[in-house]
Amino acid sequence: MNFSLSATDFLTILPELILCGMGMVVLLFDLFGSGRNTANLAWLTLLSLLAAGYADITMMGQNLMGFSGTVTADDFSIAFELIFLSVTALTVLLSTRYVHERGMGYGEYYSLLLFATAGMMLMASSLDMLMIFIGLEILSLSSYILCGMLRRDARSNESALKYFLLGAFATGFLLYGMMLLYGATGTIRLREIAEALRHEEVFVNPIAWMGMGMILVGFGFKIALVPFHMWTPDVYEGAPTTVTAFLSSGPKAASFAALIRILVEGLSPMQEQWSQVLWVLAVITMTLGNVVALQQDNIKRMLAYSSIAHAGYILVAVVVGGAEGLGAVVFYALAYTFMNTGAFGVLILTADRGRERLTFEDFRGFGFVSPALGVAMFIFMLSLAGIPLTGGFAGKFQIFKSAIDQGYIWLTVIGMLNSVVSIYYYLRIVVVMYMQPAGDDSLQEPPRASIPLYTAIALAAAGVIYLGIFPSGWIGISLQSVSLLTAGG
Amino acid sequence: MTSYLWLIPSFPLLGFLVNGLLGRFLGRRMVSLIGPGAVGASLVVSVLVFLEMLAAPEYEITQNLFTWIGAGTFQIPVAFTVDRLSGLYILIVTGVGFLIHVYSVGYMWDEAGYYRYFAFLNLFIFFMLLLVLGSSLLLMFVGWEGVGLCSYLLIGFYFERDSAAAAAKKAFVVNRIGDFGFIVATLLLFVIFGTLDMAEINARAETALSFGGALVTAITLLFLLGATGKSAQIPLYVWLPDAMEGPTPVSALIHAATMVTAGLYLLARMSALFVMAPVTMAVVAAIGAATAFFAATVGMAQNDIKRVLAYSTVSQLGFMFMAMGVGAFAVGIFHVMTHAFFKALLFLGSGSVILALHHEQDMQKMGGLRFKLPITTWTFVIGTLAISGFPFLFAGFFSKDEILWQSFSSPWGHPILWAVGAVTAVLTAFYMFRAVALTFFGESRVDPHVAMQARESPWTMTVPLILLAGGAIVGGWLGIPHILGEPLHLPNVLEHYFDGFFATLPTEAVHHEASTELLLMGISTGAALVAMWFAFRLFGTYRDRAARMKAQLAALHHLLFNKYFVDELYDWVIIKPIYWTSRTVLWLMVDVRLIDWTVNTVGNMARSFGGALRLTHNGIIQNYAVGIALGATLILWFLVF
Repeated sequence: MNFSLSATDFLTILPELILCGMGMVVLLFDLFGSGRNTANLAWLTLLSLLAAGYADITMMGQNLMGFSGTVTADDFSIAFELIFLSVTALTVLLSTRYVHERGMGYGEYYSLLLFATAGMMLMASSLDMLMIFIGLEILSLSSYILCGMLRRDARSNESALKYFLLGAFATGFLLYGMMLLYGATGTIRLREIAEALRHEEVFVNPIAWMGMGMILVGFGFKIALVPFHMWTPDVYEGAPTTVTAFLSSGPKAASFAALIRILVEGLSPMQEQWSQVLWVLAVITMTLGNVVALQQDNIKRMLAYSSIAHAGYILVAVVVGGAEGLGAVVFYALAYTFMNTGAFGVLILTADRGRERLTFEDFRGFGFVSPALGVAMFIFMLSLAGIPLTGGFAGKFQIFKSAIDQGYIWLTVIGMLNSVVSIYYYLRIVVVMYMQPAGDDSLQEPPRASIPLYTAIALAAAGVIYLGIFPSGWIGISLQSVSLLTAGG
Repeated sequence: MTSYLWLIPSFPLLGFLVNGLLGRFLGRRMVSLIGPGAVGASLVVSVLVFLEMLAAPEYEITQNLFTWIGAGTFQIPVAFTVDRLSGLYILIVTGVGFLIHVYSVGYMWDEAGYYRYFAFLNLFIFFMLLLVLGSSLLLMFVGWEGVGLCSYLLIGFYFERDSAAAAAKKAFVVNRIGDFGFIVATLLLFVIFGTLDMAEINARAETALSFGGALVTAITLLFLLGATGKSAQIPLYVWLPDAMEGPTPVSALIHAATMVTAGLYLLARMSALFVMAPVTMAVVAAIGAATAFFAATVGMAQNDIKRVLAYSTVSQLGFMFMAMGVGAFAVGIFHVMTHAFFKALLFLGSGSVILALHHEQDMQKMGGLRFKLPITTWTFVIGTLAISGFPFLFAGFFSKDEILWQSFSSPWGHPILWAVGAVTAVLTAFYMFRAVALTFFGESRVDPHVAMQARESPWTMTVPLILLAGGAIVGGWLGIPHILGEPLHLPNVLEHYFDGFFATLPTEAVHHEASTELLLMGISTGAALVAMWFAFRLFGTYRDRAARMKAQLAALHHLLFNKYFVDELYDWVIIKPIYWTSRTVLWLMVDVRLIDWTVNTVGNMARSFGGALRLTHNGIIQNYAVGIALGATLILWFLVF
């Protein structure tokens, strides 16, 4: 084996290196820094995210390869990395006050976010099953701890424990699947696996098929596809709301990125079969997510089920595949980041008077109690429901447009019907906010102003509107980012 | 080069956002800087762009902003175009709009909701600019709907007053009927041409459609329906007179610079289609002539000063339709421009009177105000001279006379059109001088307490009046007819400006003697002068005779005063039946029994299904693991066997 390393190797993973290094700096800063100034930690974290983002943007279009082809910095990974960085940046802005007031170990919180982000980036940029697995574990371990950050809250502990136990279970599937695939093909590199599968004797080997099935199960868990989704509501509800906002946008997008890498780069010969499985999963995921969301009274749980439903929509685009379909995945991931984090941001702001678990009833008359936040929530709900002039509409339009172009008529019909169902519970917030008077037990006063929180919500709202009115820019980047993936297959 | 075209609508939009979101915290001074400032900035840019357009090849600048939806052949680009038509329009919209904004500072200063008013006013300008600048029918439609929305918001500005809320609703509903025509026509064009770009449609019209065919006739008639809604023509004019429920500067904005000129813009913009449909053109001319005459007669019997002006707008818009109907698009747009000056002037002048008299609008309770309100009086008189077509000096004379001449001489014109137009011009002179005499001259009939306090308006209101009065004079000099201009070597600037822009009629022009033109001009102008003098004497000096005349013509007066009972007719023939059908058939039967039942049943089924599924989420982790294992088994079973 030849272990010579060049500068390119390190340049390829420069953003990941920045985040890991800065994660440690944040820890040290917290330890030796003057007092326990959380604001400085948050700024430091934001700064590292910006630096990583800058590194990503400069590498765009170069398609670097590093470490003997195990990691890459192609446009696909860069597009996703920018999404992850947006998620984390918004989460940091949302967290400053929340973390401070609840005494959630400061330095640890921010450095774990940075490590989790580095893990996600590795997942999107690896061309090797083992590297993907490592990235996933960096992300997962950080997430488990983040869920339990409210040490004295039993729900938070329950959340962390559930996530960890079931996560370990699912990781078992994933790792076992990778092992079986290695057994059948003799390699862990995605492109070599695809090469091997083109040979008839490998292709018919049931061990390869079992491997693929188990990988799908493992990612199904991470993305929260039905029936591997059951942990989601419990974990999301118990975890600190800032962490929920992070978990429901970032790791899902990362798992989609890794899944697409494995399926399109590694398992493309099996496309017919995996797309059939995913077709079924997409349908039951969308349907179950939406139907159960109808029943929820707790808004955090409602958003948890809605995130399941949205994973279903994105899966439709994965099934469709091709430049248009995969491009729609990239587009939707960013749009979903904005609208989902934004909605959670409003929840975080309103929950600051010790009302952690908000129901629809609490939002009665909220549009008049706090007009600005009311409008922001209105925008996010419209976008989640897929109403035009929002990013949610532009994303759904592309998903279903590509599905129709590829002849997936039934999938489109089911997706559209689901979208109609979802309007009910998204607009329910709007109805209670504007059409019902505030009651004794609803939110009476506008939340205390917090500049970082308002900034995050305003940025998210601006993002939603921008993607809705000027979608072409990000569509262009999305399509560009998947061009290499689809050209090879 | 063209990178700053997008700024024109951006300033008002920004003004709307700032005043709308932060207006409560800014204070009146700041709001008054931002509101008019935004339109002023966009006026400056408009002038620069206009000059650039004149220097550009083909006199056209297009700026592609972005593609809203681009999916294969289905492209919806967002692009702005400034050509000779939209260039003139942006100058009118931002120029007159700016003066109205400045005026509003004085007029609205004491009103609650000051910032809300300016936010809506800016939004109105924004949508109007979008309508004018959009290079595709879709973008135009966004503006088209937007001005409808803003007119609703502004007419209903005093929403605590029932009449204002009702007027706002009426404007909205009537406009929706017109919008329906616009939408259907747009969809038809998209099916035929595969694009919504107006320049392309106009360019390909001759090859894609057959002259006088049913299709082009249908499309243009549908566009005409849209235009009658926005530009207040028979049968959809009813909203405009009620629209005066809004604050007076809003009336000025709706009547002069925006909204009502949108329908005419649409006709002029799609001129290539219209000249291919002689039937539609005849309908346009007939509707225009009928509306002009009809509204002028109503205007003669009204006592509310704003109502007189409102019907005069309807009537003047009829003139413009008549011009378009005989193929004289440039002349119609010329009248749009002159009308923008003098109608904004008249409305703002009436606002100045109304404010001075503590919101008194009845002309029977005015009179003799020329000493108290000198600036208002003399600018209002200038506006009246302009609209009445006082010869050789004032703007209205040139444009109106050109319309009359075209309606006679154009190959698609007719002496009857000329006659109706000439009579209407005489009526216009009569009722406008009646209004001037009743308001400003004769003895005062003002409540003495009010008269004590009446004083001239602040400079923010009088300066716009003076500037607009200038426009009401000078604006007409741009289109001096050859027959008057040639002996003095004065060019017809506007005709030259629009040379070759509009589609021309396919019929050969008929030659007319210059003496005919002079004769017709002499007849209509002479009659109008007599009417002016007669009305002024009758209502200024000999009011008792006027009262006697009114008594002799009581039946006619009753009919005119009640506006031919058209509102009542619509109420009985259209609104009541629709209301009845909606209530009994659509609501109680279709909606409650059929739709609600279906929706509720489906909803309940979904909810109980969801409830059953929720039971599986019982929080017990072992069950979750079993779920994962079961799912995994199914997938593996499917893949391996």
